[in-house]
Amino acid sequence: MGIISSGFHGRRQTGNPALPPGQHETADFPVLTAGPAPDIPIQDWEFFIVTEQGRRQVWSWDAFMALPQVEIRTDIHCVTSWSKLGTTWRGVSLDTLFEEVETSSEFTTAHSYGGYTTNVPLQDLLDGHAWVAWEFDGHPLERAHGGPARLLVPHLYFWKSAKWINGIELTQDDVPGFWESNGYHMYGDPWREERYS
Amino acid sequence: MSTLWRVADVVSGTPETETARTIGLRVDGLMGNLAGQHIDIRLTADDGYTAVRSYSVATAGMDELLEITVDELTNGEVSPYLVRHLAVGDRLEIRGPVGGWFVWRPANPNPVQLIAGGSGVVPLMSMIRAHEASPNPSPFRLLYSLKSPEAAFYREELFILGRESPKLTVDYVYTRAVPPGWPTAAKRLSAETLLAKILPAEDTPDFFICGQTVFVETVAEWLVQAGYPAASIRTERFGGTGGTP
Repeated sequence: MGIISSGFHGRRQTGNPALPPGQHETADFPVLTAGPAPDIPIQDWEFFIVTEQGRRQVWSWDAFMALPQVEIRTDIHCVTSWSKLGTTWRGVSLDTLFEEVETSSEFTTAHSYGGYTTNVPLQDLLDGHAWVAWEFDGHPLERAHGGPARLLVPHLYFWKSAKWINGIELTQDDVPGFWESNGYHMYGDPWREERYS
Repeated sequence: MSTLWRVADVVSGTPETETARTIGLRVDGLMGNLAGQHIDIRLTADDGYTAVRSYSVATAGMDELLEITVDELTNGEVSPYLVRHLAVGDRLEIRGPVGGWFVWRPANPNPVQLIAGGSGVVPLMSMIRAHEASPNPSPFRLLYSLKSPEAAFYREELFILGRESPKLTVDYVYTRAVPPGWPTAAKRLSAETLLAKILPAEDTPDFFICGQTVFVETVAEWLVQAGYPAASIRTERFGGTGGTP
């Protein structure tokens, strides 16, 4: 036990087993980004997957929307210590997008419009762990929250769920992305409190 | 950068406003912090319950001392304790300082435009202090949007610096109440006011914007629309929702 602050009682949210250590629940949806939100018209939007061999698959918005859409109900955990429980999203599973991708890579870098990057191991994107989401709580995803579409990898801290997603690059090595180069953890498991490097 | 919890001694507590106070901490073995970084503070209740929050550091030094300024949030869990209860001589736990993006480094040769909404001035003050303490000659300009004169943090220091520093300009925008004799009425920050009180695009300034989410979103958007490159704009937000400029 740490240093006790006499007279401090707190709110006792940690009794909730859905909250990882050091997190508190918020009803808001705070925004964490590093710069201005890019403006991406739907007609210009595309999503790519490029392999370590340079093979590239690209979806337009229409092609992306024609893929099977799923509803995702999940908790999200931001490294700045808020968690939002029971959020509802709609989008396309990465399993669907990776169906025809052949690779021996174990790592990926997610690329966003505006230049943001984040690294996620490939196995964390597959088997029902990750989506490209374009709807939040029944409404198209707002630009401030990553619209038109963002990556959704809710079992990792939320900076891994890259806003304004543009594509996934498969990489031979685990290459640190934007926050990972600025003091944050390479993997980011909220249940192990992997906040900082 | 350390991810371990360390013990900090509270060495000072100075009111900034009715609801905010600056807390001085001494941390054994701390090697200073970069301007703009934050620390995490952990409070522990007597039954072991803990709560953690992040606070921007207001100072930038190379020793074991740092200051944070905490604004009390209505219904906050941690901030009321830090503002109202914590006393000099108490101890608490901190992690960090952390952050490598929303930081200003003295080797940066670019002019810098700082834009603060309310208590978002805290990390920007640390940049101003680091800049003043450095031989870096590039101009700094602060645009500080706040509700009323009484809501200002670091009032005296900013007043003196604004008057005497050859490399800092300070501009205020008041959104609810203005000081006596102020030339304009209180009003929301507009794109026109903003653009009239910041460094021009031809100076290629670096921007640091900090405030509530909507304030930061709106200001960053105006800057991009006015032709400032998005890559020159760094933002940091706090709080949940609300707070238009």
